[in-house]
Amino acid sequence: MPCLRKVSQHRPRAAGAAPGPVWWVLARQMERMIVSMQDPDMGVKMRNQRLLITVIPHAMTGNDIVEWLIQKYGISEEESLHLGNLIVKHGYIYPLKDPRNLVLRADESPYRFQTPYFWTSTKWPATELDYAIYLAKKNIRKQGDLIEHEKDNYNLLHKRINHTWDFVVMQAREQLRAAKQRRKGDRIVIDCQEQAYWLVNRPPPGAPNVLEQGPERRNCHTTRVQLVSGGYRAHGPVALATSSRCSCRYIKFNEQYVPHDPIMSGCLPSNPWITDDTTYWAMNAPMVPTPTKLRVERWGFNFSELLTDPLGRAQLLDFLKKEFSAENLSFWEACEELRYGEQSRIPEIVDSIYQQFLAPGATRWVNIDSKTMERTLEGIKTPHRYVMDDAQMHIYMLMKKDSYPRFLKSELYRNLLAEAVIPPETKKRVFPFMRKQRHSSPSPALLPPAGDTEDCGGLMLAVT
Amino acid sequence: MSDVFGPCDKCSKEKPLRPVYIKSEQLSYCSLCVEMMATEGLRENETLASLKNEAESLKGKLEEERAKLHDVELHQVAERVEALGQFVMKTRRTLKGHGNKVLCMDWCKDKRRIVSSSQDGKVIVWDSFTTNKEHAVTMPCTWVMACAYAPSGCAIACGGLDNKCSVYPLTFDKNENMAAKKKSVAMHTNYLSACSFTNSDMQILTASGDGTCALWDVESGQLLQSFHGHGADVLCLDLAPSETGNTFVSGGCDKKAMVWDMRSGQCIQSFETHDSDINSVRYYPSGDAFASGSDDATCRLYDLRADREVAIYSKESIIFGASSVDFSLSGRLLFAGYNDYTINVWDVLKGSRVSILFGHENRVSTLRVSPDGTAFCSGSWDHTLRIWA
Repeated sequence: MPCLRKVSQHRPRAAGAAPGPVWWVLARQMERMIVSMQDPDMGVKMRNQRLLITVIPHAMTGNDIVEWLIQKYGISEEESLHLGNLIVKHGYIYPLKDPRNLVLRADESPYRFQTPYFWTSTKWPATELDYAIYLAKKNIRKQGDLIEHEKDNYNLLHKRINHTWDFVVMQAREQLRAAKQRRKGDRIVIDCQEQAYWLVNRPPPGAPNVLEQGPERRNCHTTRVQLVSGGYRAHGPVALATSSRCSCRYIKFNEQYVPHDPIMSGCLPSNPWITDDTTYWAMNAPMVPTPTKLRVERWGFNFSELLTDPLGRAQLLDFLKKEFSAENLSFWEACEELRYGEQSRIPEIVDSIYQQFLAPGATRWVNIDSKTMERTLEGIKTPHRYVMDDAQMHIYMLMKKDSYPRFLKSELYRNLLAEAVIPPETKKRVFPFMRKQRHSSPSPALLPPAGDTEDCGGLMLAVT
Repeated sequence: MSDVFGPCDKCSKEKPLRPVYIKSEQLSYCSLCVEMMATEGLRENETLASLKNEAESLKGKLEEERAKLHDVELHQVAERVEALGQFVMKTRRTLKGHGNKVLCMDWCKDKRRIVSSSQDGKVIVWDSFTTNKEHAVTMPCTWVMACAYAPSGCAIACGGLDNKCSVYPLTFDKNENMAAKKKSVAMHTNYLSACSFTNSDMQILTASGDGTCALWDVESGQLLQSFHGHGADVLCLDLAPSETGNTFVSGGCDKKAMVWDMRSGQCIQSFETHDSDINSVRYYPSGDAFASGSDDATCRLYDLRADREVAIYSKESIIFGASSVDFSLSGRLLFAGYNDYTINVWDVLKGSRVSILFGHENRVSTLRVSPDGTAFCSGSWDHTLRIWA
């Protein structure tokens, strides 16, 4: 069993492109996997592999690796090959044949586990000095005949760390001399190990750099005590609920919405992305003369569904007009405009709301309870974005608890349901390989901005 | 409420301010002065250590209470739900055009257009249905890690290593250079990791490597509210779909997911069960829960009412971090993009993996389901975006 050093003992030095602590998480996971792969009883089948005339011990075939992953993790061959390939790309397993290509082949190709000495996490960081010695060794052995990018790197390093070059060459010579005293089989193995290490840490141009990370994280090193505002009290008026109650809500939500989920249940007439036919989008555009059945049904799920659909909201407005409470919806929309509006226009919007909805004798006076009205009128003396929150919530709840249930029972809604369309499924095309032309649509950025009409809450409408 | 940025009542420096009560009087302090005051306020027998211990024991008591309410696991209750059948999703469009790693993308409300940003500073607006590029702008910085489409479809926001979030109105006028009308809105002291418009084009919520989130007025660039509490870089955020629209969730390098009240700037709830950085957070469609994806190779579901983690989506064979998560329209499926180039599809209720999607040739860095749920888009370090359906 190879001697395994704990990864956590080695901290990355603060070098320019050093992978941060995040990389260590992955390294630890991979190493754990590698260790289980090398288990004498349950690990990958290992045997001697013949490489031309030399016999390499403790090797395995690509097939063995893929099979083992399939068995161990219960995954498909495709996934196993993909995972195995990543392990090889990260240098934890290396190929004996074609060692310059860190690729896993699901055949009889021989592979070996990388020695922990050469795990990227152990031998960290890969210094310029080490790389220079490696290249120098290669250079001496191949008598100057290095591959293009290695030649470039060699020359670059020669310039950059020129002052250490005597040391570099001496080290290279010593290492080569020591290597000559080893058996041929060992020499091949050590060469492959070292080569694999450098393929990972100094990938050739064009090859993916698996060690590449995004921008450095951990930019605020707060050692002082973290004051969590609000502490640990349970939020709002809702008490903590039992898990079973919460789980039941997911089940119920799932039942309601799955038929409306195009990925789960498909969509009629067809999914535009699959058939290139945009009829589905045309039939479900924000404002259509006849909405689909699914859409109208959805308005019945909860008040929010009705309100957020522009067509649903328009129907609600019609209904409220009949009940002489349309000002509630207009008031709510005006409050939304305040909450999400420009900072500089706040006093203007607050005043407009007051004049239209709250002032005594206002044309569209809203009926809110006296306490809330008092608080609101006091608040608008120093207008701010949230000054209408209480009043808005009151009216919202009124619509939700009072108008909405009546809307659902109304003739208006029942007619909508009855007249709603169920699009027929698109017949499979006779010549499926002839692709339908994909038409472009006008960009929302081209349309004139939504006007300030009474019926549409100018700001919030979805587009095209 | 109106003074959220200004001179601190204690040190007089111009900083984001929080309300603080001293002898029943409300003052506005910057966060540094709040902390100094808090430690100054130690009584005779108290040390910082003893207060910390008290906090820990209270935390423990709360965990006990939470645990009492945990009577059964979600996947157990979900046993009676019908299992999912054969699941087939393929790449339907491949968007090629970025010259470097794609880092972020967002959908337009029109269900077909998207905006995407990359490492080389390019931000592109596509009609992903036709795969035509409609707009392109080059940012003055690299690593544009955040981008967002405005609700109206008339503008986009983006930012990254420039520490800012800028808004670009979209124009088809050939004589106008998009960069000319650029508006610099947010200013952080470290990289911008995420941004999102609220319900209108006029407000932007941002998350930053400086450990804070912030709400900005687009027109004036004014800071409306700042959110302090994360102990390290904030990497992601998502706005709640709730009918009253007042909260959002953020995830960071401190392994915490925090839920915030937008109006007061307070943290309402906090969850810390991941073992590593949280790269992505996304609300469940009902708004009662949210999912997170982390470098610890797991995705988790947190229920806001039960105030706890209720599901964990992991597999022994998945060892690479999850970079990006999103729900299908019904919330039954969770799509997660990983650093091992794959996308795993999870059954949210049963906790099992439904499918694995191959195709990308490098890390999947961003993933969003389209507004009408007909498809989802993934962006990768392999320079491409893919639409799956």
